[in-house]
Amino acid sequence: MIEINHASKWYGDFQVLDDCTTHVAKGEVVVVCGPSGSGKSTLIKCVNGLEAIGSGDINVDGLKVNGRKTNLNKLRSRIGMVFQSFELFPHMSVLDNVMLGQLKVLKRSSDEAQQRATLLLDQVGLSEHAGKYPAQLSGGQQQRVAIARGLAMDPIAMLFDEPTSALDPEMINDVLDVMVDLAQDGMTMMVVTHEMGFAQKVADRIVFMDEGKIVEDSPKDEFFKAQGSERAKEFLSKILTH
Amino acid sequence: MNYNWDWGILFREPYFDWLVEGLMWTVSLSLCAWVIAFALGSVLGIMRSCSSRPLQLIATVYVELFRNVPLLVQLFLWYFVFPELLPDDAGRWVKREMPMPALTTAIIAIGLYTASRVCEQVRSGIAAVGIGQRNAGKAIGMNEWQVYRYILLPNAFRIIIPPLTSEFLTIFKNSSLALTIGVVELTAMTRQIEEYTFQGFEAFTAATVIYSVVTFTVMLLMRVVERRIRIPGMIATS
Ligand SMILES: Nc1ncnc2c1ncn2[C@@H]1O[C@H](COP(=O)(O)OP(=O)(O)OP(=O)(O)O)[C@@H](O)[C@H]1O
Ligand SMILES: [Mg+2]
Repeated sequence: MIEINHASKWYGDFQVLDDCTTHVAKGEVVVVCGPSGSGKSTLIKCVNGLEAIGSGDINVDGLKVNGRKTNLNKLRSRIGMVFQSFELFPHMSVLDNVMLGQLKVLKRSSDEAQQRATLLLDQVGLSEHAGKYPAQLSGGQQQRVAIARGLAMDPIAMLFDEPTSALDPEMINDVLDVMVDLAQDGMTMMVVTHEMGFAQKVADRIVFMDEGKIVEDSPKDEFFKAQGSERAKEFLSKILTH
Repeated sequence: MNYNWDWGILFREPYFDWLVEGLMWTVSLSLCAWVIAFALGSVLGIMRSCSSRPLQLIATVYVELFRNVPLLVQLFLWYFVFPELLPDDAGRWVKREMPMPALTTAIIAIGLYTASRVCEQVRSGIAAVGIGQRNAGKAIGMNEWQVYRYILLPNAFRIIIPPLTSEFLTIFKNSSLALTIGVVELTAMTRQIEEYTFQGFEAFTAATVIYSVVTFTVMLLMRVVERRIRIPGMIATS
């Protein structure tokens, strides 16, 4: 489904991504972790073309993301993305946030869009808040709306960039629960997170990045039992003792 | 000082009518120039912040050109120099035959100059909305125009209402420069009253009061507008 092959990227002289290769199969949940600045966000943004890679290639559902002829907007409409800082549209109600893409990109009728949005808001436990504005919601609620907004496009895969790291501890689980449900429903997911509990529960594979490189890419059990690289061990011991 | 105060002069004919007429010209000039400044400035602000290098460049050159030449010089250039650069017929038309040449020139000159300033406000508003919102829009598959239309602009314009209000008020004050090319707006009328009656203090006091009242009214009005379109739950910043 998502194939990243030898992807490298530079910001000027600085190499953010260094020959990254990993594949996410349909229905698979891959957790990406690693120290700050290791390029996790950049990698995940390259998957839907929000950042361009310098060399290598990335294919999503058989379409080359960095291809000249690829209709990037169309491709993006089929990949949901959830950001660390939620990024709900502040001037629209929760319902309108979940409807906007359906109306303007998928050209659904407003009845159909509203039905779908209502259903999804119910699914993430926020149906009573449909008429509110993002600034009137807690962080955890906003993030669940953001997930609903992504799902409203009926995506073939979902990308998450540290979806819970801007949240107060008591709200993290509300968001993780929604994500666990999604994973168990068979959604293809690429999740940048340091929530190892989430990884334990639903991840198929863990990718560990350091200094732009994918240092480890192994099945969950293997990763937690015996991480090959010293770097990964050290990192993991740090975040697990938090 | 031997000065005969006579406030009544302001309410006597024809001077009262002159003030009213002057105010009308000032207001029409300001509004017309604002339409140009706002429309063109918004387009330029979008161009300056969009992903196309050529469009960015065009807008940047425009801004640097128009923002850095004093408005009075631009007014003279448009009025005295520009028609000479045109072919004879066109030049004559611009100078004399088009309707109200001085007023039209003033509107265009002030409008084009202020557009460069509006552009910068719009650009900074869009920047303030942020790359995160832009990415969120793109991530649901919207094209660049849709991202501007539905996300960046509605938020950016809300943010920049206060600076845009002050740009409009600057136009309103700058409109008095138009008297240098013969537009008989409020300041020109005031001077005319002084020349006819030698009651300069009263005349200029009246002008000052009129400018202030209009400014104050516009500010109040924009406060109301700002409150009307405020996003629920957001803390007011101004
Ligand atoms: N637009 C940019 N220009 C220059 N350098 C950048 C840019 N964006 C990111 N970087 C750098 O690239 C590196 C990787 O950034 P990235 O955001 O992908 O890291 P990350 O692994 O997501 O880190 P974090 O855990 O802090 O989110 C960082 O060192 C960052 O400073
Ligand atoms: Mg990051």
